[in-house]
Amino acid sequence: MRFRSRHSAAVADGDMTPMIDMAFQLIAFFMVVINFAGANQDERIHLPLSELAKPPEAPFELPITLQLDAQGMVIVAGEMIPVARVKPLLRREREFIEYRGGKPSEATIIIRADARARTGLVQELIKACQDTGYEKFAVAAKQQEED
Amino acid sequence: MRIRNVGRRQEPIRLMMTPMIDIVFLLLIFFIMTFKIVSPEGDFNIRMPAEAPAARDPGILMIPPLKVRLTADRNGGLTGVYLGEARMADAAPFEELRERIMQIVGDDAGPGSAVEDSEVELDCDYNLRFEYAIDAITAVSGKIRHGEIIKLIDKIRFAPPRSQ
Repeated sequence: MRFRSRHSAAVADGDMTPMIDMAFQLIAFFMVVINFAGANQDERIHLPLSELAKPPEAPFELPITLQLDAQGMVIVAGEMIPVARVKPLLRREREFIEYRGGKPSEATIIIRADARARTGLVQELIKACQDTGYEKFAVAAKQQEED
Repeated sequence: MRIRNVGRRQEPIRLMMTPMIDIVFLLLIFFIMTFKIVSPEGDFNIRMPAEAPAARDPGILMIPPLKVRLTADRNGGLTGVYLGEARMADAAPFEELRERIMQIVGDDAGPGSAVEDSEVELDCDYNLRFEYAIDAITAVSGKIRHGEIIKLIDKIRFAPPRSQ
């Protein structure tokens, strides 16, 4: 049996509206959840876990982030340097803070040390900061889900 | 002068959707690629001025800090936790440390209370893995009871580093 197509060949014109709606919804979602605050985080550092580690309510004034990896190298501004050579860099930061009218004692050194790093190295890092005039420190930990 | 609209037929205006959809998909791909699930992290404040203890304001009555000592083996594993001279039980040393701290300072965090004035000095072996130091800081700085954080001591400092 032969069927004949009685419809004329027209361009198929699908309704685009639902797809565009969904695409805009997805864009809005990703724009809202995008997080630039995590720019300081480094994949090489596995922070220790703590159930009391809650994100701070207000951002630190004059934060300086120092990351200490498991091998004892300090990652700062994309460079890997040993703890013993961190002082010149801290001095440079201090000069910059003073140039802008601040005091190094108001700056907060955020230490993101790996869970496997040696505590003695963290203390040496704190000592180097103290010698350069910094007083406020914050050690970072990852939030642990409660049981 | 009269201008007549001659020869034009009224046709429905068709919007060009293709460039908009292109851009929308580009944006979508950008956001999907840059999307990263970040687990929240927090900080423990440690205030350690470099000055010697004698240089502090003598008008403030200084309560001697509670000394917490953590010892480690050569590989950084925890071998003992001490509060002053007392050794914590090896099964759950940080739980016992927290209980003892609560017995000493109580959990009343009002102004002028023992919680406010007390200070803890952490004395750790050089090789100790940092996660144990954070466990000790967690144990002395608070407790979670029924989903709420009960603050204990938040003045924490490290003793001078021990030799390797």
